[in-house]
Amino acid sequence: MLRFIFGRLLVLIPTFIGVSIIAFAFIRLLPGDPVMLMSGERVMAPERHAQIMAELGLDRPMYIQYFDYLVGLLQGDFGKSIISKRSVLTDFLTLFPATVELSFCAIVLAVALGIPAGMLAAVKRGTWLDQTIMGTALVGYSMPIFWWGLLLIIFFSGYLGWTPVSGRISLMYFFKPVTGFMLIDSLISGQAGAFKSAVTYLILPTIVLATIPLAVIARQTRSAMLEVLGEDYVRTARSKGLSPFRVVGLHALRNAMIPVITTIGLQIGVLLAGAILTESIFSWPGIGKWMVDSVFKRDYAVVQGGLLLIAAVIMIVNLVVDVLYGLVNPRIRR
Amino acid sequence: MKKFSTLVAAATLATLMSGTAWSKTLVYCSEASPEGFDPGLYTGGQTFDASSRTVYNRLVEFKHGGTEIEPGLAESWQVSADGTVYTFKLRKGVKFQTTDFFTPTRELNADDVIFSFERQYKADNAWNKYVAGASWEYLTGMGFPELIKSIDKVDDLTVKFVLNKPEAPFLANLGMDFASIMSKEYADKLQADGKMELLNQQPLGTGPFAFVAYQPDAAIRYKANPDYWHGKEKIDDLVFAITTDAAVRAQKLKAGECHVMPYPNAADVDELKKDPNLTVIEQEGLNVAYLAYNTTQAPFDKPEVRKALNMAVNKQAIVDAVFQGAAKVAKNPIPPIMWGYNNAVEDDKYDPEAAKKMLTDAGVSGLKMKIWAMPVSRPYMLNARRAAELMQSDLAKIGVEVEIVSYEWAEYLKLSKEKTRDGAVILGWTGDNGDPDNFLDTLLGCNAVGGNNRSQWCSKEFDDLVKKAKVTSDIAERTKLYEQAQVVFKREAPWNTIDHSVGFIPVSKKVTGFKMDPLGIHRFDGVDIEE
Amino acid sequence: MAATETKTAAPPSGLAEFWFYFSRNRGAVLGLGIFLVILCLAIAAPLVAPHSPSEQNRAALLLPPVFAKGGQLTYLMGTDPVGRDILSRLIYGARFSLFIGLVVVSLSVISGVLVGLVAGYFRGRVDTVIMRLMDIVLAFPSLLLALVLVAVLGPGLVNAMIAISLVNLPHFVRLTRASVMTERTKDYVIGSQVAGAGTLRLMFMTILPNCLAPLIVQATLAFSAAILDAAALGFLGMGAQPPTPEWGTMLAEAREFIQRAWWVVTFPGLAILITVLAINLMGDGLRDALDPKLKRS
Repeated sequence: MLRFIFGRLLVLIPTFIGVSIIAFAFIRLLPGDPVMLMSGERVMAPERHAQIMAELGLDRPMYIQYFDYLVGLLQGDFGKSIISKRSVLTDFLTLFPATVELSFCAIVLAVALGIPAGMLAAVKRGTWLDQTIMGTALVGYSMPIFWWGLLLIIFFSGYLGWTPVSGRISLMYFFKPVTGFMLIDSLISGQAGAFKSAVTYLILPTIVLATIPLAVIARQTRSAMLEVLGEDYVRTARSKGLSPFRVVGLHALRNAMIPVITTIGLQIGVLLAGAILTESIFSWPGIGKWMVDSVFKRDYAVVQGGLLLIAAVIMIVNLVVDVLYGLVNPRIRR
Repeated sequence: MKKFSTLVAAATLATLMSGTAWSKTLVYCSEASPEGFDPGLYTGGQTFDASSRTVYNRLVEFKHGGTEIEPGLAESWQVSADGTVYTFKLRKGVKFQTTDFFTPTRELNADDVIFSFERQYKADNAWNKYVAGASWEYLTGMGFPELIKSIDKVDDLTVKFVLNKPEAPFLANLGMDFASIMSKEYADKLQADGKMELLNQQPLGTGPFAFVAYQPDAAIRYKANPDYWHGKEKIDDLVFAITTDAAVRAQKLKAGECHVMPYPNAADVDELKKDPNLTVIEQEGLNVAYLAYNTTQAPFDKPEVRKALNMAVNKQAIVDAVFQGAAKVAKNPIPPIMWGYNNAVEDDKYDPEAAKKMLTDAGVSGLKMKIWAMPVSRPYMLNARRAAELMQSDLAKIGVEVEIVSYEWAEYLKLSKEKTRDGAVILGWTGDNGDPDNFLDTLLGCNAVGGNNRSQWCSKEFDDLVKKAKVTSDIAERTKLYEQAQVVFKREAPWNTIDHSVGFIPVSKKVTGFKMDPLGIHRFDGVDIEE
Repeated sequence: MAATETKTAAPPSGLAEFWFYFSRNRGAVLGLGIFLVILCLAIAAPLVAPHSPSEQNRAALLLPPVFAKGGQLTYLMGTDPVGRDILSRLIYGARFSLFIGLVVVSLSVISGVLVGLVAGYFRGRVDTVIMRLMDIVLAFPSLLLALVLVAVLGPGLVNAMIAISLVNLPHFVRLTRASVMTERTKDYVIGSQVAGAGTLRLMFMTILPNCLAPLIVQATLAFSAAILDAAALGFLGMGAQPPTPEWGTMLAEAREFIQRAWWVVTFPGLAILITVLAINLMGDGLRDALDPKLKRS
C-alpha cells in the first residue's frame, strides 16, 4: 500500500512541474500589461512605465523569470499580487476555507440526496417514480448553473425575501476567523444567531453548486445499482426471500459504492469549476471568484499562483481518491 | 505576545458584541474590493472610498457634496503674489487614530505633511519603493515631481510648498486622495519593525473612521474615531460589504442588508425609486464620454467631415438605450456642473440629411471607418458596445460603413493613444479635482497628443487659451478663457461629445445626511442612521 | 485483407438494430425530436425569425413578452434594451450554440482520437509523455483553464471554442487509449497484423471502428457540455462578444435587467437548458442503443 501511494506521489512531481510551466507561460502570454491597467484612462509616461516593469521584474527574459519563480515556489513563495501587494499564498489561505465550506456542503447535499434517489430509482425501475427521478436528474445535469443561480436569487431572495442575497454571514456579526469556516467560527464565537445566519447565507449557493453533482451521483448510483442487482448473488439473495430493500441495503449498496466513490472524487474538479460560477453570482468570497476577478484585473501574479495552488489541491484530492479506491478495491493496486 | 493579541481580540470582540446591542452600524455595499489602503498607490474610486475618504484627511478638503475647497488639516493658507509659494497653517491638536495595532504618542505636525508627499516622489525616500511597482500614479499624473521645488517645515504647525512655476489648480489638487496625510510616527514604527507593507494593509490617519479589519473580497470594517478633530461621527460602526454585481447590490439594499449602494444598474433605478423604504439620490457626474476621431488622418483631418459625422449620430438615442435616460447629451467637453461651462455653445444638431450633404460637399463618399468600443463599463459610458452599435446604424444611414472593434482594456488604453490609430475611439473622463484644466488641457492640450489626447488634436488657438488659463489665478479671468476654448473646440469638433452621466445612489430612508459627491467619491462623515 | 474489410463494414441490420434500441428509450426519441426542431430553426433562421437579430426598434425598448401586460404580438418574447426581438435572437443564437458544439466536438474528437490512438497503440514512452500532458490539463478545473486560455487568446467566439476543445481533449484521449489497449490484444487485430496489415491500416481501419461506440456517447456528452461551457464563458464576458446573439452572451448582457425585465434573463437560459437537455436525452438513448453491442464484442 505504501508503495502504491509513493508511486502515485512520484508521478505527481512531473505533473506539478508541467502545471507550473503552464501557469507561468499562460500569464506571460496575456495581452496587455498590468502596469498599463494601473493608470486606467490616465496616461503613464513611457519611461515610468519601463521603470515600473523593471521594478516588478517583468522586463527580464522569460526563462530567468520562470527560474526565479520556481525557486520562490520551493521556498513556499507563490508571489505577491501586483495590485494589492499582498502575498498570494496568504490570500489563498484566507479565501480557500470559504470555497471548501461551500463545496463540502454541496457534496454532502449531493450525496445525501443523490444516493437515496438513485437507489430508489433502481429499485423501482421502470415506474413513474424512476422516470421522474431520472428526468429531474437529467434536467439538473443539463442546467446552466449561472442562470439557475440568477433564477433562485430572483425568486427566493427577491420575490419571497427568504434568503439573503450574497455574502457569508450577516454583517451584524463580526468575529476573528479561527478556522475560516463560517459555520464553525460562528459557533465558536458564541454570538446568538450567528450560526443560523451563516446557514441561511449558505443555502442558495449550496443548492446551485450541488445541482450537477447531485444529478451525476443519482444517475451513477442508479446504473451501478442496476448492474449489481442483476448479478447472480443478488438474485440468489432475492430468491431466498429477502425483501428487495434488505438486499439493496446490505449487499448491493456496498458493491455499488465503488463506482459512486469514483464519481464523487471526479466531481471535485467539476465542483471547483462550478464554484467559479457560483461564487461569482453570489459574491461568495472564495477562490473561484478571486480567480475570475484576478483574470479580469490582469493580476498576473495572482492568476499564476492561484492556478498552481488550485491544481495542487485537485492533484492531492485525486491522489486521496485513488488511495481510497485502492483501499476499497485492492485489485487495482496490482 | 500571543496572550496579548488574544486579549486584544477578546476586547475587540467584546466591544463589537455589546455593539450589536446598541451601536449604530451603517453598511455600505461597495462595488469592488479596494486595491489596497494607501491612496497614493492607486487610482480606483473604491480604494479611495475605503482609505482616503474614511481613514485619512488632507490639508484642504472638498466641500461635502461639491467641488469647492475648504480648510481641512490646514486651518488657513497664503499664496505668494507670484503664485509659487503656498504656506499652510496646520490645525492644532489633531490626533491620529488609536487602534489595536498602533497607539500614537504625538499630534499632527509638519513632519507628517512632508512625509506624506516626499515618500511619493523622492527616489531616496525609504518609502518610495516600499511595495514593488509603486507607481504613485496620481502624484505623477498631476505633475508634482516637476512642479514642486521643495516642501519645507517652517515650524511644527507651518508648512511651505515652493513651486517651480505658478499653477492655478494646485490647491484643488491638494484635496485629492493621493494628498492624504499619513502619520510619520506610524510609518517610522512600521519601518523599524520591518513591516513596511502594512502601511498598505492597515491604514492609520486622522480621519472620521478608524480601520478595524479587512476580510478580502468580503468586508471592510471601521469604527468611528472618538478623537476626530471635527467631533466623533454619529454612527459607531461603518461596514463596507463588497458586492461586485450591481443587481445583487440592489437586491441587498432592498432586503435591508445594506443601507447605501453606489452604481445601480441604470435599468434598476426606476424600480428602486418606487421602493417606499429607499430614497434615490441623484447627482450629475463630473464626467464626459466622447468619440475621439483621429484628426491626423484623412478624411478626419477635415473639421467639416467630423462635424458631419457628429450630426449623423442621434445622441439622445444613446442616452436612452445605454443609460435609460440617466445621462445628459453633452455638447461641451466639460460637464455643466463645472465652473467655466459655456452654455452658449450650440451643439451639432442631429440631422442625417444635412450630414449626408456636408459629407458629399467635403468630397467624401463610400467612407468606411472603425469605431473602438471600450470593453468595460465606466460611469460615463455604461455600455460602449451598445453605444457603438447605435452609432453604427446611425452612420449607415448617411452611407458610412462602420466596423466596431474592441480590445482587452489595457490594450485598448494603450493602442488608442497611438498617433497612427485607425478609427474613432469611445472613451471618457471623470474629473479629479473639479478644475476645467483637468479636462481641457489634460485631454485636448497639444502636449497630451500621443497620450491622453485621443484625437491627436493640436490647435494652437485652443492650446494658447488653456495654457494661459492654467497660470492665471483669477477665476473670472480663467472662466472667460475656458469659455472661449470651448467655442474653438466646438468649431473644430475633434470629438463627438456623447454624454455626461447622472449618478444615482439609492439610500435607505433610515439614513440621514448622506450626500452624493460630483467627484464620484462616497463619504460617510456627517451621516446618521435611525434604528 | 478481405477479412478486415468485412469486419469494418457494418452488418446490414446495424442501423435497424440501433434504432430498435434507441427508440425503446422514449426520452431519447423526445430529445431527438426537440433537437431536430432546434436544428431546423437554426438552419432556417432567416426564414422563420420574425425579425432580424440586429434590427433595433427604438420605439420598443424592453417590451415584455406577448402574454405579459404591455406585450405586443410582433414581439412574442419581448425585446431587449436596444429594441431587438428576443425570439429572433434566440433563433439565430441556436446557430451559434449548435455550431459551437459541432466545432468543439469535431476538434476534440479528431485530435483526441489521434493522440489516444497513438498513445494506446504504441504504448511505452510516447504513451507516458502523452498521458502526463493530459494529467496536466486535467489538473486544472476545466472552466478555469478555459477562462484563462480565452483571456490569453483574447475574448471571442473562436477562441472560446479553441479553449473548450483543448480542455475537452483529455477525455477523448483517455477513452480512445483505453479502448485501443483492450482491442489491441484481441484476436482479430493480431490476425490482421499477421496477415501483414500496416500500422496505419491497423490503427484506423481495424482498431478504431471497434472503439467507436464509447466515443460516440462521449462525443454527445461533449456536445452538450461545450454548449454549456461556451455559454458560461459568454456569461463571464469571455465568450462571444456582443452583439452576437449567443445565448450565454445574451444572458450576460441581460444580467443588469434581472430586476426589471425578467424575460431578457429567463428566455436565453431556458433556450440553453432545453437544447442541452435534448442532447443529453439523445446521449442516454445512444448509450442504451450502443451498450449491448459493446458487451457482445
